[in-house]
Amino acid sequence: MNRDALTERVPGLPCIQRGRGMSSSSSTNGAAAANSDFLLQVEGVRKEFPGVVALDDVAFRLKPGTVHALMGENGAGKSTLMKIIAGIYRPDSGSFHLRGKDIQLASPLDALENGIAMIHQELNLMPFMTVAENIWIRREPKTAIGFVDHVELHRKTADLFGKLNINIDPEIEVRDLSVANRQMVEIAKAVSYESDVLIMDEPTSALTEREVSHLFEIIRGLKKQGKGIVYITHKMNELFEIADEVSVFRDGRYIGTHAAKDVTRDDIIRMMVGREITQMFPKEEVPIGDVRLSVRNLSLKGVFQDVSFDVRAGEILGVAGLVGSGRSNVAETIFGVTPATSGEIFISEQKIVMDRPATAMNHGMAFLTEDRKETGCFLILDVLENMQIAILNQGFTKAGFVAEAEVTRNCDQMKDALRVKTPDMHERVENLSGGNQQKVLIGRWLLTHPKILILDEPTRGIDVGAKAEIHKLITRLAGDGVAVMMISSEMPEILGMSDRIMVMHEGRVTGFLDRTEATQVKIMELAAH
Amino acid sequence: MATEHATKAAPRAEMQRRRKMPPEANIFVVLLGIALFFELLGWVFVGQSFLINPQRLTVVILQVSVIGILAVGVTQVIITGGIDLSSGSVVGMTAMMAASFAQTSDFARAVYPSLTDLPVFIPVAAGLLAGLIAGLINGSLIAYTGIPPFIATLGMMVAARGIAKWYTRGQPVSMLSDSYAAIGSWIWPVIIFLMVAFIFHIALRYTRYGKFTYAIGANVQAARVSGINVGRHLIKVYAIAGLLSGLAGVVLSARAISGQAGMGVSYELDAIAASVIGGTSLAGGVGRITGTVIGTIILGVMTSGFTFLRIDAYYQEIVKGVIIVAAVIIDQHRQRKRRKA
Repeated sequence: MNRDALTERVPGLPCIQRGRGMSSSSSTNGAAAANSDFLLQVEGVRKEFPGVVALDDVAFRLKPGTVHALMGENGAGKSTLMKIIAGIYRPDSGSFHLRGKDIQLASPLDALENGIAMIHQELNLMPFMTVAENIWIRREPKTAIGFVDHVELHRKTADLFGKLNINIDPEIEVRDLSVANRQMVEIAKAVSYESDVLIMDEPTSALTEREVSHLFEIIRGLKKQGKGIVYITHKMNELFEIADEVSVFRDGRYIGTHAAKDVTRDDIIRMMVGREITQMFPKEEVPIGDVRLSVRNLSLKGVFQDVSFDVRAGEILGVAGLVGSGRSNVAETIFGVTPATSGEIFISEQKIVMDRPATAMNHGMAFLTEDRKETGCFLILDVLENMQIAILNQGFTKAGFVAEAEVTRNCDQMKDALRVKTPDMHERVENLSGGNQQKVLIGRWLLTHPKILILDEPTRGIDVGAKAEIHKLITRLAGDGVAVMMISSEMPEILGMSDRIMVMHEGRVTGFLDRTEATQVKIMELAAH
Repeated sequence: MATEHATKAAPRAEMQRRRKMPPEANIFVVLLGIALFFELLGWVFVGQSFLINPQRLTVVILQVSVIGILAVGVTQVIITGGIDLSSGSVVGMTAMMAASFAQTSDFARAVYPSLTDLPVFIPVAAGLLAGLIAGLINGSLIAYTGIPPFIATLGMMVAARGIAKWYTRGQPVSMLSDSYAAIGSWIWPVIIFLMVAFIFHIALRYTRYGKFTYAIGANVQAARVSGINVGRHLIKVYAIAGLLSGLAGVVLSARAISGQAGMGVSYELDAIAASVIGGTSLAGGVGRITGTVIGTIILGVMTSGFTFLRIDAYYQEIVKGVIIVAAVIIDQHRQRKRRKA
């Protein structure tokens, strides 16, 4: 194996000190199962959390100069495995070899110094610091007397961005960046460590298509330098575009590794779910009824203008548009989170002043927000407390006292109906996987028996199995006469689920497409305008 | 599916066992530990028992019952993710106001010479009302102007103390009626404290008010989207805290049979300490009244214990500071362990 390829440096970028060669067993043949053809090799890893075996006898082998995709439903153990590799968790048992050497990582910092960097699903940037300060934090260039050398800091950042072809001002504060640009900064930061192993946990979930292809260019460049990239994704098309190898996990177990060119999409899905998924989008034609929600010339100053549309009972209105097109803001305004500056909202032809979410809820509206962690879950509260919160304003109380038995029974039934995987109703929601958190939130809203359901990215970051369940559920709700407004960045979801598609661009509606005429190209034309 | 259940069965049983231990159990063990510590030192240095002394045990709770009444309100504020720095000053202010309506006509220089010998509910109502208004102002400032609770209640802390002094130009209010003084006699302060604690323990655990309070503290954005009128609820919580401060002012002035402008100085810190020692998280969303009651009693045991051992008041304060910090360190460690396990 060509070791020089691994240690090759991008000229002009500083090296960080790393703990190479510090391990006691420096002989390549020292460890039993270690194979130095692999950049990273873990075998027989086990990790338990209270109530759950997160990983059981899991193996993972990463070759230099490859992109290795990890696939699996939420809760399959991908994120846990990556957190072990990045030094965040310690495995209960199992071996860990980096470049053939047996090591144990004590902390994320230890992992970084050993050449393993991770880009987290949650963004970890400091909002009140500049882009440059964020990237070089803990490694700031210093002047002779020990102050941060801002000139050099700027130069290094501009240099890095130049190489990665990123067009962001290094001096701007991170809070002023869009989510997509923050993600690019995170990626640049990880690259700046010049790690040999780069872990990307769903890096594209906040990116638009153009930015995704930019990211892939960066990844291909890193591959050429002999780096190994671990790529966690739920998006099949990305996998076939960028990955060389794919490992599949299911229920905390390692299922297998294949070359990406040798497997089909159906093969992978079969391995992931252990069963055949016959139909991805169970769209059914249902009778479309009267107009339930009607929006006229709705504006929120500086955010979106003149938005008008109708949603009918039984109809699924898909809302497409690039990140920053104002889709989510429209949803928030309709639900009364940020009241409109002008325009009108009608529910069943009755004009309503949407001043707060409670008003919207009183008129039969429910709103699944885009950001599970920020505006959805009460992470430190339990499943029951998370599910019951929206119905407590709807008659489940007597003289202020919560009808515990009735509420618990309802929530329990909902939990079973949605197949939420949790030890019991008193598990903290932060201990559930993303897909199960999402189901808890959907349960919260379905308990209110909504007539109008607004869904903002209902399946973001969710595995194929749970996704199909949620799609089936949405279809069934539409069949029951619920008017559904569904915002999504995933083209197949929009095309597969919607009766009609509204496309937005920079705060304006640029067009409507009927189910029969909608294609990916037509949507993109309207979205990019 | 069957295998999945099998692998999960064992840890689940373990979890349920752990869950049956309420979070207050830990802090209760700490209380017992501190009490036994004084018991042991008592036999060694003083030659008598610390615990087997009914009179002392009464005093232990009696002297902290005013702090305890405050802490019940402050705990609820902290659960929402806020803080109330004004409770001690509001005690001073409401003590003055309540006492001024409780004076007897025997006294020549009453605050309101024409309003003496009033029935006891009038001074009580005056104290409660003054506290309620202070709380409503705190809550409204936080809900409608968006300023941080720390600032809003800091302002109230300074202003309420000013009002307490201005009210009689610094003169104490004395010669209170016997019926008013009765409120602070015997173990009535303890009974009032425990009743208040019981009421709000039930309110936090079993009512919509309680569920919303925890939800706001856990994630205010999610609470808002879930249809909770966050502003209105916060006003309620701060109003209750103010009302309880007023009640504490009434109890304290009745117990001292006078109203003094300096009453309740730094009580807000003791109340916060009692909540935090009892397991309430300053980050919001976590806390229970039972824990706060135990936290309050720990403060009382420490004060009595040191007095019992005839240790200087200076040392008492130093050790109290250490205990507060230690309690939070232990609690955070415990929570982290539980999360990761």
